[in-house]
Amino acid sequence: MTEFEPNIIAFVCNWCTYTAADLAGTSRQSYPKNMRLVRVMCTGMVDSQYIIKAFMEGADGVLVSGCHPGDCHYINGNYKARRRMKMLKEILPLFGFEPQRLRLTWIGASDGIQFAETMRELTEQVRVLGPSQAKSGMVL
Amino acid sequence: MAITAKINVKDNDISAAIREFFISVLDTEDVSAILIPQHLPMKKMLMPTLVTDPQKLETADPLAPCFPMNAARLVSRLTRKPIGGKILVVLRPCEIRAFYELVKLNQGTMDELIIAGVDCLGAYKNSDYLRFLKQHGDKATEIFYQNALNGKTEITEGIDISPACKSCENPIPEGADILIGLLGADISNHLMIQAQSPKGEAVLKRLNLSEAEEPSSRKEAVSALISKRSSYRDEIFLKTHEATDTLDKLNNYLANCVNCYNCRVACPVCYCKECVFVTDVFNHEPYQYIKWAKRKGMIKMPADTVFYHLTRMAHISAACVGCGQCSNACPNDIPLAELFRMVAWQTQKAFDYTAGKSLDEKPPLSVFREDEFQEIVGIK
Ligand code: SF4
Ligand code: SF4
Ligand code: FES
Repeated sequence: MTEFEPNIIAFVCNWCTYTAADLAGTSRQSYPKNMRLVRVMCTGMVDSQYIIKAFMEGADGVLVSGCHPGDCHYINGNYKARRRMKMLKEILPLFGFEPQRLRLTWIGASDGIQFAETMRELTEQVRVLGPSQAKSGMVL
Repeated sequence: MAITAKINVKDNDISAAIREFFISVLDTEDVSAILIPQHLPMKKMLMPTLVTDPQKLETADPLAPCFPMNAARLVSRLTRKPIGGKILVVLRPCEIRAFYELVKLNQGTMDELIIAGVDCLGAYKNSDYLRFLKQHGDKATEIFYQNALNGKTEITEGIDISPACKSCENPIPEGADILIGLLGADISNHLMIQAQSPKGEAVLKRLNLSEAEEPSSRKEAVSALISKRSSYRDEIFLKTHEATDTLDKLNNYLANCVNCYNCRVACPVCYCKECVFVTDVFNHEPYQYIKWAKRKGMIKMPADTVFYHLTRMAHISAACVGCGQCSNACPNDIPLAELFRMVAWQTQKAFDYTAGKSLDEKPPLSVFREDEFQEIVGIK
């Protein structure tokens, strides 16, 4: 049996986590291919519908990653993102989505190593959870 | 201290007593218009009407067990800009709560508004109400209240108040300026009327009503009703949770949905002028549908059904007041109110928020604190 390869969609802020991903790349830090990065201008623009859409399309995990508190280039986008994540973390588990499939991290622009580590660890965690229920079944 | 007075009831006709009260309010000329549910000459259906002539309040019937829509949206239209006069609106408790939410979202204002509310014993869905009305004619409202006050809301077999109403633990119009109380009052004789704010006091003072005490049995009657409703609510939550706790089950719950979006049109707190689900964002490229279909061999059309409902939960469950209009509006009888209330309960608890309770509590998604929800950050 081939090992389950999770698909993880990561919404990453242009000013920090995306830059960290770039840095990880240039400094030859490897991280799993399971991540699909979606570059956004700020985590504050990640509406819940993007995250829900990713899950409906069969994503096994979704990560939102932005600037550390106090570092958001739009002052408070990351605080708003955190409230929205809290909201989804209350709703999605009601319908059987494990809360660990939905993650929020702060990864600064210079944290290339931390970025690669987080991606590796997250992929393993989702691999252990197995495929998301939206993957196999029909979604209306 | 709040003014408490009474209005007299003749021949057991509480609707007439309430009507006369509002006629006298409009007669004082301090109020330029009243928004009140009234039977239209056509089909006698109950609809919100905006009345400026006291003589045109003849068929007003705010006690009828029906509210064809959540009137909070109408009040939002009426208060969007100053009109230079006061409007009195007669609303159900859930309409008041929805309006409070809209005010906090800058969709309406309280400045020129006086809100009156009556203890709410529940409402039938629109189609059921028309049948009930046909059967009982002019006495329909009276028959409903006499029975409902004794705990019986299914008067005609097969017609009962909606599950949203049965599970509503907020039947008292707490946010109203003027409260009309039925619970605990000797309604063959009088109704209680109470000012709950300075605005309400000003109205009542002008009317020379006879002051009264709050009926001694009111508190008990109110808490009995609330506890009955709350236990029904808990039952419904359990059942709904059991019926939806996996994606498969949720699919099943929503299987009749045709994406007409009536539920969000009817929802008083779904306030976006243009919902993203009706924009071109969701008018996907034709080949895209084929691609989606190919992935699992088929998709249901129209697509995006569960996506739509989950998004609505994420966007408005914190503001859901449990009015049940989503269920009332659904052409395919999907028990939406049960689902949305269950989710709303969960999310409002998480943000320590109660929709429609107070104008001072900020909507959860409009604010943040720097030091909160640290536990959801990180991957440990
Ligand atoms: S979701 Fe349904 S019950 Fe909640 S406020 Fe909207 S219409 Fe009313
Ligand atoms: S009203 Fe009913 S059928 Fe229409 S979108 Fe809502 S749930 Fe679906
Ligand atoms: S700019 Fe990075 S989270 Fe706002």
